[in-house]
Amino acid sequence: MDVVWFLVLSAFIFVIGAAGVMTRRNPLVVLLCLELMLNAGNLALVAFSRMHGGQAGQVFALIVMVIAACEVVIGLGIIVAMYRNRLPIDVDEMSELRG
Amino acid sequence: MWFEQVLFFLAGIGALAGALGVVMLRNPFYSVLALVGHLLALAVLFLLLHAEFVAAAQVVVYAGAVMVLYVFVVAYIGGSDEPLRPEGGVINAFGPLFALAIGVELSIAFVASGLEAIDSRGADLGAGFGSPGQIGQLLLTRFLVPFEAASYLLLIAAVGAVVLARRRRGLEDVGAAPGPRENPREPSETTLEVRV
Repeated sequence: MDVVWFLVLSAFIFVIGAAGVMTRRNPLVVLLCLELMLNAGNLALVAFSRMHGGQAGQVFALIVMVIAACEVVIGLGIIVAMYRNRLPIDVDEMSELRG
Repeated sequence: MWFEQVLFFLAGIGALAGALGVVMLRNPFYSVLALVGHLLALAVLFLLLHAEFVAAAQVVVYAGAVMVLYVFVVAYIGGSDEPLRPEGGVINAFGPLFALAIGVELSIAFVASGLEAIDSRGADLGAGFGSPGQIGQLLLTRFLVPFEAASYLLLIAAVGAVVLARRRRGLEDVGAAPGPRENPREPSETTLEVRV
């Protein structure tokens, strides 16, 4: 398989994730779309690692997975705190950090 | 090798369908399930790229542990269908346009520019490329500092999640006034702490 196919697929997944982040209102789904974007980056990293024959890209992908897990944990913690404080679960309503 | 290509297109279609399902489905619970399918298809793609350890970690850590966390939180909050934005705001029109612009730009970068460096079928791989042994050796020798930094980051995230999601008695009483989000079901007394 040509590596370009994998890169194009990762570009599509990234674009779908970006569209989801821009259009959805539920913060849970926004987090899921962020996962999509990170996974697209992972796929590109692993594809480049295959292309160059080095394993550094795979290690980068593993580190990206760790970062994604941290982001998920913090984001879900914030959402649970929002729910506990009876705040609306809606990113449009949460505008207090606007500055 | 036709088998590889058939597998690539099957897994690619699965990954794209899962991604579209995450964005399109109204119920967050179904979005989580679509993401699980997407991650499994992506693991197949990783296997095609000779990244066995990354594929295994993807299935076990991502599709297993992280998605279970999501399902817990969706079940706790209550996955209610969200409507689309009622008013045709500027964000509503701008979001897909922005995504389309990124897509066009990336497609130009990958396909149309004819970059010589990208247009390759891949290097020759040695035996055991992407195996757990080789990845582990890299993590403990050349990438030791990022490895340790990632472990500290995980520790900080775990502590931060507990601090964020713990029950605060004072704010509970203040927030007892009927807010904009009326929920007939009180948060149960058994605390569901977010664990890592």
